[in-house]
Amino acid sequence: MADYATDMEIDARGMFCPGPLMELIKGIKQSQVGETVAVLSTDSGSKKDIPAWCQKAGHELLAVVDEDGYARFVVKKAR
Amino acid sequence: MSGNDKLSIMLWSASVDKLYPVAMLAAGAAAMDVQVNIFLTFSGVEAFRKGALQTNTQITGDYASHGEKFLKLIQEHNVPPWYQTLAQAKEMGDVKISACAMTMDLFGLTKDDLDEMVEDIEGMASFAEEAKGGQILFV
Repeated sequence: MADYATDMEIDARGMFCPGPLMELIKGIKQSQVGETVAVLSTDSGSKKDIPAWCQKAGHELLAVVDEDGYARFVVKKAR
Repeated sequence: MSGNDKLSIMLWSASVDKLYPVAMLAAGAAAMDVQVNIFLTFSGVEAFRKGALQTNTQITGDYASHGEKFLKLIQEHNVPPWYQTLAQAKEMGDVKISACAMTMDLFGLTKDDLDEMVEDIEGMASFAEEAKGGQILFV
């Protein structure tokens, strides 16, 4: 499993949909192009919402890592 | 802008068990670049009176037991209040909230009586015009 260095990590565990996605969007807005934002989420909706948003907004979903009881979404701000 | 990119919600209800999904719909849509117009009418206007947002605990009569269960879980899991999700949706994307002129006149209200999230007052025809080309929901 590759280890992704991230510029920002957002712990959205325990948040309900659409919380984690909104936190990711906020994080990406606050980041520079090329920077990486990781969001940790326990919300089952995130598995679909976050990839869909990344595709729609034109950012790179580098990885979705299943960790102990939560998922880590690593997104690179591409534009 | 294609029809899929605009959602107009005519919010007639004031029950909290409906306000939560409406706020979340606005947030989800705004996240995906859908332009959201919310038009408050009748009880919907009442729900947005200054101070009412925070104290509203009304549940839809037909679904009272579901509604109560839902609200209890919301409290237990520290889910953010619906008006906070709606405020975040406004920050995140294109979400506009207007109040129905007819309801305002009927109730004798002015914009000052409403929460600051409500941007303006407009008539039915304006809402219908703005909704053209998109989808309209009645809640």
